[in-house]
Amino acid sequence: MNALEVESVWKYYGDFPALRDIKLNVEAGSTVALLGRNGAGKTTLLRILAGLSKPSKGKVRVKGADARLESTRRRIGVLGHGISLYDELSANENLLLFGRLYGLPDPARRAAEMLDRTGLDRVRDGLVREFSRGMRQRLAVARVFMHDPDLLLLDEPFTALDDRAIGVLHTLIAEIHQKGGTVVMSTHQLREALELATHVALIQRGQLAFAGERNQEMLQDTGWLYRTYGES
Amino acid sequence: MREKITYVLAIAGIALVTWNLYKIFFVLPPEANVAAYQIVYFHVPAAITAFTGFFVALIASGLYLATGDLKFDAFAAGITEVAVAFASVNLATGMIWARYAWGIWWAWDARLTSMLTCWLMYAGYLILRRAVDEPTQRAKLSAFLSIFGCVNVAFVYKSIEWFRTQHPAPVLSVRQGGGMGPGMEAPIYWNYLAMLCIATVLVIVRMRQEGVSREIDSLRRMAHAY
Amino acid sequence: MAKAERGGAGFSLQGGLQPTPQPMPALNPQLPAEPHSPSFFRQALTIAAKDLRSELRTKEALNASLAFSVVIFLLFSFAFDPGNLDIDINEFSGGLLWLAFAFAGALSLNRSFARELQNDCLDALVASPAPPGALFLGKALANFALILAVEIISLGVFAVMYNVHIQPQLGWLIVVMLMTTWAITVIGTAFSALTVNLRMRELMLPILTYPFLIPPLMAAILLTTDLLGGKPISADNMIWVRVLVAFDVIFSLLAVVFIDIVLVG
Repeated sequence: MNALEVESVWKYYGDFPALRDIKLNVEAGSTVALLGRNGAGKTTLLRILAGLSKPSKGKVRVKGADARLESTRRRIGVLGHGISLYDELSANENLLLFGRLYGLPDPARRAAEMLDRTGLDRVRDGLVREFSRGMRQRLAVARVFMHDPDLLLLDEPFTALDDRAIGVLHTLIAEIHQKGGTVVMSTHQLREALELATHVALIQRGQLAFAGERNQEMLQDTGWLYRTYGES
Repeated sequence: MREKITYVLAIAGIALVTWNLYKIFFVLPPEANVAAYQIVYFHVPAAITAFTGFFVALIASGLYLATGDLKFDAFAAGITEVAVAFASVNLATGMIWARYAWGIWWAWDARLTSMLTCWLMYAGYLILRRAVDEPTQRAKLSAFLSIFGCVNVAFVYKSIEWFRTQHPAPVLSVRQGGGMGPGMEAPIYWNYLAMLCIATVLVIVRMRQEGVSREIDSLRRMAHAY
Repeated sequence: MAKAERGGAGFSLQGGLQPTPQPMPALNPQLPAEPHSPSFFRQALTIAAKDLRSELRTKEALNASLAFSVVIFLLFSFAFDPGNLDIDINEFSGGLLWLAFAFAGALSLNRSFARELQNDCLDALVASPAPPGALFLGKALANFALILAVEIISLGVFAVMYNVHIQPQLGWLIVVMLMTTWAITVIGTAFSALTVNLRMRELMLPILTYPFLIPPLMAAILLTTDLLGGKPISADNMIWVRVLVAFDVIFSLLAVVFIDIVLVG
């Protein structure tokens, strides 16, 4: 059973097909870089994978189960464009909130652990409103990892995060891989993504133009993929 | 085929209205031959057409949610718009009648008030549709609102009826008694049929427009995306 | 791998490279046992507590709606002369109170889902295992508490300003307030979710909400006027209590069942 199966997913906005017949199987333990131009459908696909949006046709299965199932959502971690934290709550309260929503047995301990790992334990009771940009980002990363997801979905992580947050993210992603978890990230920051990725999927005009293992050409020449498989 | 149906219905509607006008003005007994009475032949069927429309919109919205087919959304949008138009006819004729019978343009009478409330509710629906750009999201949000709206029509109607009322007793005999002489209520039913024909024609035209505007929207999106 | 033809062929991403695991700082990789599934109401309460906590930190909506309701009371004093002994204030009191409550409530309702927009928080909530119905119920409960708090304070202010006696039928008055406030909250919260992503959000909410609230507000106005006038609930006004109960029950169910249409795109 694959970690993630996208079965002929179509998504329409009105009559406009934003995603056309996307078929993708991702095996557990891989990191997929979802590439494509702005408006190609990367975010739409990620939102469907995250259960934030329903496909018009087709199905998404996470470990064989429907993406909108409660038990499936428990295994998915999503980091979108926003940090998804409440400004008026403290760092600790934010993490506790999500810990409770995900039904963690001991949200307080897990929150303390995550704050420690992201270097935010000193400001655990500070309001997010007062945090610097970098601190907010690290807290956002902590939130995503609170419930220890098997499948991590990242939307443009490298544009939103600063170096230290990316460092934390790398460590945590490595940890996910260790236990056989899967990462899907959308990005147009090619170099960072390709260094991290084991696989690459290129979306063009709502269609999958290429999917396969990352190879050396891609690493040496980031434009190679677009030139080879993309349209001019 | 669809073209033909549209024309047939339009002609049928116009013919029915003409025939009804003839009956109302020339055939019915003289006591019906006063403006206050004649207007009822349009006032009442307009209300029934409007409520029919709200109910059909509920069904169309439900079908959209069940199937995800935007045709049903276009149908719901069209029928709601037409129903609001007929509700306006009902309100306008009601006001004219009130001026004639009671000497005031607006009496806070139960039925007029409930129609005004429904009118405002569904005007909100139409405003909501304009505020959403993305057709699928628009369809979902308006279907949700349409379901709430139709359920609330029952509340509005019942509760305002329980409030003090000034409205003349209902004229149709199907609703306990009624105030019209024998044979005089027939034009109401015939006018209802005529209005249904006209409403159907309007809805067909609106659905076609919705389809075209969806196509334009998708072409625009395509142009922007690629 | 060949270039995909139109319509897209299936692709498989199999096995492959594992990134080298980096040495971990001294961490506790031990993970919590089995995550349990919190009940629907537990999730709703978690959301409600979150909303109340962040509202109480800033008191933005709370202060605004309180000030607003006092302003409305003040303005009403110019609409008629409260000092005129020929005017029986009890005849207006219900309408006056509920107008103020409904308008003041809209301020809290507007903030309710708008609060989730700031950092894309709504996405995180919808992606969480909490069912959309529970999210809705949680936000509704928080709004209910906030609006009710404003109402209780305003009622006191109103009683003092307009010399109205609220004590004789206080029990029923509270019941009517609870039921009507829930009606305002259910419709308001559902429409707050409905309009959250629209342009003109602040305009859309009142346009949609107020016509919808006419049945419960009408019931509340009649009942409150009766109760403040010292008239108990009896056979002839019981029908309005029933209207409120039916409205609350039916729309709560509809909202909880259908809200995922609005929240999951």
